[in-house]
Amino acid sequence: MIAVGEQAPDFTLRDQDGEKVSLSDYRGRKVLLIFYPGDFSPVCGDQLSLYQEVKPQIAEKGVELVGISVDSFYAHKAFQEKLGIDTTLLSDFEPKGEVARAYESYLEAPLGFANRTLVLVDEDGLVAWTHEAENPGVFPGANVIFDALS
Amino acid sequence: MGDLTSASIPPVGPDDHVAGEGEGIVVYADLGCPHCAAEWPRLRGRPGRLVFRHFPVASKHPRSPALHAAAEAAGRQGRFFEMADSLYADRGRVDDPHLWERVERLGLDLRRFEADRRSAEIEARIRRDFESGIRAGVAGTPALFDACTLLSVREREF
Repeated sequence: MIAVGEQAPDFTLRDQDGEKVSLSDYRGRKVLLIFYPGDFSPVCGDQLSLYQEVKPQIAEKGVELVGISVDSFYAHKAFQEKLGIDTTLLSDFEPKGEVARAYESYLEAPLGFANRTLVLVDEDGLVAWTHEAENPGVFPGANVIFDALS
Repeated sequence: MGDLTSASIPPVGPDDHVAGEGEGIVVYADLGCPHCAAEWPRLRGRPGRLVFRHFPVASKHPRSPALHAAAEAAGRQGRFFEMADSLYADRGRVDDPHLWERVERLGLDLRRFEADRRSAEIEARIRRDFESGIRAGVAGTPALFDACTLLSVREREF
């Protein structure tokens, strides 16, 4: 897991609409990167749905949510629509998992996806807080995010 | 909207929905959740006290807010658990006309039910439960607590 205080590695990925998004676009704002294993998995759906329910309160803290997985942006679009969420989802698709690797969150083969990891990046692009799930089958409740932001 | 940092679940209060007596559990459940529906008969059949708290996840189950409001409105007329039982037992019939059928079957006042279920007061009551679940770390439903301790959550691969 990337260490708190380090410069968060910049990246440019496509979002669910195929538009390029860079971490540096968020400079001057706080962003919570949500690395997750994959679209349409039960736990990932539950996690993103739950966070959607408290997204306004997270926004009140000045924090934007961005999900990242190894899925294509087409899959992200379908997943976003299925869940009825508006969280930006970025496609770490090619080279597969390159951004997750840069954040030391990637689970190598045979898994081949990011572990369930939260990375808070501050206004200056520094890693302010991290949380990595003990395994991909569990995700932190939203209270953990609010604890970090309090 | 309140503080959502970590906290134990609130103690059982006078406006909680309680069935049975004695030692028991508190369940945070979503009336639109199929896992909750599958678990509900076992929860209702267990001995002791069962306390129901609202945990609707609307983005996952778009009809959930309406179902929780309906149950809460039925509760204002003393039939909360009967409405919850019925909603879980027949998940394919949860549109408004189906709710009105239930209201008639349970002998409730329809006009009062309609006013209550759309009221800001009931919306706030449901949100209060939801936020207490968030603070306690509920990350899936049904989530069962014994006093203030989380007893179980569903386990999945990922």
